Amino acid sequence: MTIALTLFTIITVALGVVFFLAGTVGLLRFPDTLTRLHALTKADNLGLGLVVLGLLPQVAWPFGGLKLIAVWLLALLAGATVGPLLGHAAWTQERGREPPP
Amino acid sequence: MSEFLLIAALCVLGTVALGLVVILRGPTEADRLSAAQLLGTGGVAALLLLGVATDTTGVADLALVLALLAAFAAVAFITPFGTNGGRADPVAQPDRPQDPE
Amino acid sequence: MSVALAADAGLALLILGLAVWTSIARTAGGAVIGFMAYGLLVALVWVRLAAVDVALTEAALGSGLTGFVLLGAAARLPRDAPAARPGWGLRLAAGVVSAAVAAGLAAVVLLLPVSAPTLAPAATANLPALGLGNPVTGVLIAYRAIDTLLESVVLVLALIGLWSLARDGDWGGRPGALRSADPSPALVLLAQVLPPLGILVGIYLFWTGAIAPGGAFQGGTVLAAMWVLTLVTGLTRPPRVGGRGVRLLLVAGPALFLAIGVAGFWLGGAFLAYPAGYAKPLILAIEAALTLSIAVALGLLLAGPPLAQSGPRA
Repeated sequence: MTIALTLFTIITVALGVVFFLAGTVGLLRFPDTLTRLHALTKADNLGLGLVVLGLLPQVAWPFGGLKLIAVWLLALLAGATVGPLLGHAAWTQERGREPPP
Repeated sequence: MSEFLLIAALCVLGTVALGLVVILRGPTEADRLSAAQLLGTGGVAALLLLGVATDTTGVADLALVLALLAAFAAVAFITPFGTNGGRADPVAQPDRPQDPE
Repeated sequence: MSVALAADAGLALLILGLAVWTSIARTAGGAVIGFMAYGLLVALVWVRLAAVDVALTEAALGSGLTGFVLLGAAARLPRDAPAARPGWGLRLAAGVVSAAVAAGLAAVVLLLPVSAPTLAPAATANLPALGLGNPVTGVLIAYRAIDTLLESVVLVLALIGLWSLARDGDWGGRPGALRSADPSPALVLLAQVLPPLGILVGIYLFWTGAIAPGGAFQGGTVLAAMWVLTLVTGLTRPPRVGGRGVRLLLVAGPALFLAIGVAGFWLGGAFLAYPAGYAKPLILAIEAALTLSIAVALGLLLAGPPLAQSGPRA
């Protein structure tokens, strides 16, 4: 059981690292601001989510685990807010007018 | 186990540090802010990994605070600050090309 | 250990690179974003130095409030104003002074004895008498309480300084620097969802400060950030600076701290001495009042000087 949990942690955390890498590559390589923003939110949601998921078996319950989940939910909320805010700002800046509703 | 988590933390941090290139390069401030945002999420993930790996008290709380305030940079960035006299002037924001001032 | 050394060296190089870029950035907005990323990396360095309390303060201030101050200042600067670009002489002087400070700091670090003098064992040994588990809180509220008392007063003085920038006609009005005309729906949603969680985290940070990294300043800063978020979106209005309630909240922390400190003359034998056995409840009471006062003071500092026309009634 412990080995299975350790394996679970290793695989999930490693996957999370891959998503952070993907997010960074997207930020560096994608052609315009809006698609780069898209890359960023993938790292936010999936990278951090997988890291949190992988760490869950390694922390004390309930408070350690709940704190990890709270961190992820807060990051999701921040990502969901930052996306529209920056997207709107980027659109307005590039085209010089307000985006369609 | 803890070595793996430490190396994973390093990988995340090294990856998002590559994104710092975007902070330097831009081209728009929205891109720079995206990179800063990615650095923030990566920092949170690295702190969570570090906290579990080294079992240090308070590191998870630090990640919690960072996640809680993660959206604030973007909020401050898009806020059209009220100018003198309490008159909120949306075009008095940095990096709007049509800024009359 | 070489992995840790490589990580520290990499972190230091990143910070240096960001610092250089921040100081030569062409736009004020870009410089501010660089500086905020810099603050995040500095928080990581504090963790590496095992100073999680400092890292918490850096994170709460740096990612919550400093961005508003700096980006707000950048937004108010006229762009490419000649006054904003200092001349060569000033830049050279600033460079020389900075280099001198850096050289002085480097010399101090290099001249440290191999085992640096420390009071840490003494600080830890006396913690049980205070009922605390976090030596940093012990230093702040007990061993060096006078410093913290004065710092809490400084915040009030800073606010008085800011308020004194108001025009005579504006006095007694509501601060208006944070109002935004038409907040985006995403922002309004954030300002509705985040504050309840943030208030919980702020109170938790104050409470856990007794036994783990945290405390009044970190908790108060998080509370202030939540208040600022609701101010920006217009969900709450800043209070009139003449209001009695806001002034009471503002001085509650320093006043309680001072009162307990003076009571120490009779009960504990010295100024700011806690009577034996009552240290922990008194410390918690002081920290609770300080948390509130710090939150109100920081929020009002960001909200700016009062403006007469910002309220419906002049």
